[in-house]
Amino acid sequence: MSAVLASGLTDFLRDAVDPQVQADAMGLGAIFALMAVGIGLVFGVLRLINFAYGQLIMAGGFALAFASERGWPVVAGIALCVVVVVGLSLVMERIVFRPLRGQSPASMLVATFAVAFLLQSIALIWFGPLGKNAISLVELNQPVSIGSVEVRKISVVSLATALVALALLVLLLNRTSIGLHMRAAALDFPTARLVGVRANAVSAVAVVLAGLLAATGAVLLTVQYPTVTPTFALRETIIVLAGVVLGGMNRLYSATLGGFAIGYVFGVLGGALPTNQSQYLTSFVFALVIVVLLLRPEGLFTRGGRVVERV
Amino acid sequence: MRAPRSLVQLIGPVGLVVAAALVGATVSRTTEIYFINALVAVSMVVALYVFVGNSGVLSFGHISFVAVGAWTAGVLSVPEAEKPAFMPYLFGFLRDTTVGNVESLVLAGVVAGVFALLVGLPLMRLSGLAAGIATFAVLEITNNVLRYYENVGPGLNTFSSVPETTGLTQAALGALVVIVIAFAYQRSRFGRQLRAAREDPAAARAVGVSIYRQRLAAFALSGFLAGLAGGLYVHFLPLQIDGVYLDLTFITLAMLVIGGATSLWGAVVGALAVSALDSVLANAETGITILGWSFDVPAGTRLVVVSALMALVLILRPSGLTGGKELAFGSLRRLRPAPAEAVE
Repeated sequence: MSAVLASGLTDFLRDAVDPQVQADAMGLGAIFALMAVGIGLVFGVLRLINFAYGQLIMAGGFALAFASERGWPVVAGIALCVVVVVGLSLVMERIVFRPLRGQSPASMLVATFAVAFLLQSIALIWFGPLGKNAISLVELNQPVSIGSVEVRKISVVSLATALVALALLVLLLNRTSIGLHMRAAALDFPTARLVGVRANAVSAVAVVLAGLLAATGAVLLTVQYPTVTPTFALRETIIVLAGVVLGGMNRLYSATLGGFAIGYVFGVLGGALPTNQSQYLTSFVFALVIVVLLLRPEGLFTRGGRVVERV
Repeated sequence: MRAPRSLVQLIGPVGLVVAAALVGATVSRTTEIYFINALVAVSMVVALYVFVGNSGVLSFGHISFVAVGAWTAGVLSVPEAEKPAFMPYLFGFLRDTTVGNVESLVLAGVVAGVFALLVGLPLMRLSGLAAGIATFAVLEITNNVLRYYENVGPGLNTFSSVPETTGLTQAALGALVVIVIAFAYQRSRFGRQLRAAREDPAAARAVGVSIYRQRLAAFALSGFLAGLAGGLYVHFLPLQIDGVYLDLTFITLAMLVIGGATSLWGAVVGALAVSALDSVLANAETGITILGWSFDVPAGTRLVVVSALMALVLILRPSGLTGGKELAFGSLRRLRPAPAEAVE
């Protein structure tokens, strides 16, 4: 019995450190980190967890599929994706987020839950349950050799894209006045308004940035899963949300790390576990989420035992 | 004189359920299905209300208790000869046991209640967003396990050959039992303590309320009722794992929020109102004629309308259609001036 267990563990460890599994896991972690930043950015300013974030990515996916089916050049497809996602984000901000401002986080979460189902069911009527194919970028799934190991191009591209996007975001937040306004609003919205931060502008900028990140996520995700259905990115969003809460919602970097960590764990476990166990991957990951929430409800990557929310 | 006065609040929810059942008894068999569905929905939403409404803590996890209840009642009431057909890998004791209708419903509640109690032991320490995400995690895990663990149920197969005992009578009786239990709980000292903690946690603590214990009790009771509702559900239609997952979670939450999450009356009104709307739209998806005006809306319109309605209610009237209050008979109060409410 213990011999079987030991050999199982050895197999698992061998597969877990396999460079390809590692690269794929990091690629997935990078995409999840981008989504986590998008969710964290909106939460920071509006105190609202956007459950409908995945449906923005789904809309972006359908835009890419639309372009790909008509044989548009890749750049045009990405442009359409960005326009659709950012446009939808702004509409959502205007007609849902803004009126909800000031309500409890839980009821805002339920409201965005409703918006998520609304967008999903609209997509179902519009495109049908089978979805469309976005295949303009599938060649990125081909392997590329780095030294002696082969990894899929998309893993490298995802990681690079995430790093560039995050670097740009850090520059924006730290070096521009709108970035300063956003950080102020994230710390204390009412006081920030008192000293002249324009609430609507800040909230719109946060939502646009989150939309840009969602569009990026859509482009990267459609490479891995080219079939865009109405439930596209739904599962990923649930996992990222868990990751964001896990990492710590209060700060952008802890939320990002949480997103990356959960994507990475998901990737490694998914790549290394044998099939009869990997079907329980969701259970493993969410059990981990519960354990972490119990041990550190304020987040894994936050400093000190600061209580985020009193009962 | 206290008991009769408080029982007045029960008239609304009970009356509405009885009325729905009576109307359901007069219509054709195909339309009756919608009434049964609505009554089962009442059980689920009231079960959800017992925890969410009284504690003010969000739960995305209650459909996992419905699922556990449905699995318990379903597995135990399929005739032994039929089990191997779609549940070939069942544990021996499940394979060789078959119980009657009522027993299966009680067991569904008990198993789900115990499950909720165990889950609640650690989880009820959390609040706010962490609680929301943790209950979501429970839903994901339960769904994942029931989906693939074929030793305890049909896995991805559909529950066929479960005796279809949930007709109009059983659905209505089930809903009434759930409503009466929910009412008794919210009038009990435990329910009052929890509601006090919802309104002002600090003040409730100051007068000695253990928020953790009260939440745990409500969670377990609400899990029990949700399991019972799951049992009713599996006896009503051939269920499959996707039938007790995100869509049902969403619909039941929507019903509760649209009705008004903080009152029993709101839970019942929400469940029946959304069910009615849903049924009309479901008919419209296949094409109906109302007053000479024929509808034909595309498939999927139901979810669009219900989710848009839910978002609208949250934005425009966050306390729901009923304002989150119990049905009050103002005229009765005025006829007989009530003594000071301090004891309440």
